[in-house]
Amino acid sequence: MPRLSQWFIRAAFIYLLSGFTVGALLLAHKGLPLHPALWSWLPAHIEFLLFGWVVQVTMGMAFWILPRYWQQPRRPNPGYATIAFVLLNLGIWLVVAGTTFRAGPWFLPAGRAAEGAAVAFFALHAWRRIVSREGT
Amino acid sequence: MPSLTRWYIKSALIYLAAALLLAVILALPPSANLPLFIRYLNPAYFHLFLVGWVTQMIFGVIYWMFPIITRAQPRGNAHLGWASYGLLNVGLLLRVVGEPLVGARPEAGFGWLLAVSALLQWLAAVIFVILAWPRVKEKYRGG
Repeated sequence: MPRLSQWFIRAAFIYLLSGFTVGALLLAHKGLPLHPALWSWLPAHIEFLLFGWVVQVTMGMAFWILPRYWQQPRRPNPGYATIAFVLLNLGIWLVVAGTTFRAGPWFLPAGRAAEGAAVAFFALHAWRRIVSREGT
Repeated sequence: MPSLTRWYIKSALIYLAAALLLAVILALPPSANLPLFIRYLNPAYFHLFLVGWVTQMIFGVIYWMFPIITRAQPRGNAHLGWASYGLLNVGLLLRVVGEPLVGARPEAGFGWLLAVSALLQWLAAVIFVILAWPRVKEKYRGG
């Protein structure tokens, strides 16, 4: 497993734990009320699990197992995938700042833009690796 | 494919089918006169989809495909894997039962079902990460 996939997947595991922790508190709060302010963490719960866990673990796996080239670099343009990793994680925290922490009206759109750009950079990296065994 | 992965993936497919069936029921018009508790199953639908299907499918594939630790114990402690599988599924099913009960009859005292469900699912995630974390590494080359 390449180093960048390890970064994606370890980060995804941390978001899985964070998302499940917030989710467990929210679910328990539905049954046995804990604190009314907990509901402000619902957007963070969704963000951590959809983008932090599902999208990030998928990107990490894809960077690892999509077909590689016969010659170096085996995975073309790895810099694009690295940028995707940075932008995705930046985007997640901008969205959480804009929703759960109400940091300001521009945090949410900036976060979504960063997440969208992350997907675009990852697609730029992966596109040419989506091929048959014959390379077509 | 290891036995635990087969259980994860087959369970994931069942949850996907259940989630889509529930989606059909939730989309029925008010004139269908569904029982009150159905109205409280919307979060259960999302979680059947995202925990039961997506997360469980990912867990199964990770347990199968990630680099092995050693030849002697390739995927770590299998008991931890089965514990995570059991806790996740019991926790999720408890939610599907408990959430409409609590929503429709909040005075009936079923709130503890949701707290137990939350704890079981959280433990499942923690145990799975403990199991899978050492396998996030370069390919095993012996030794």
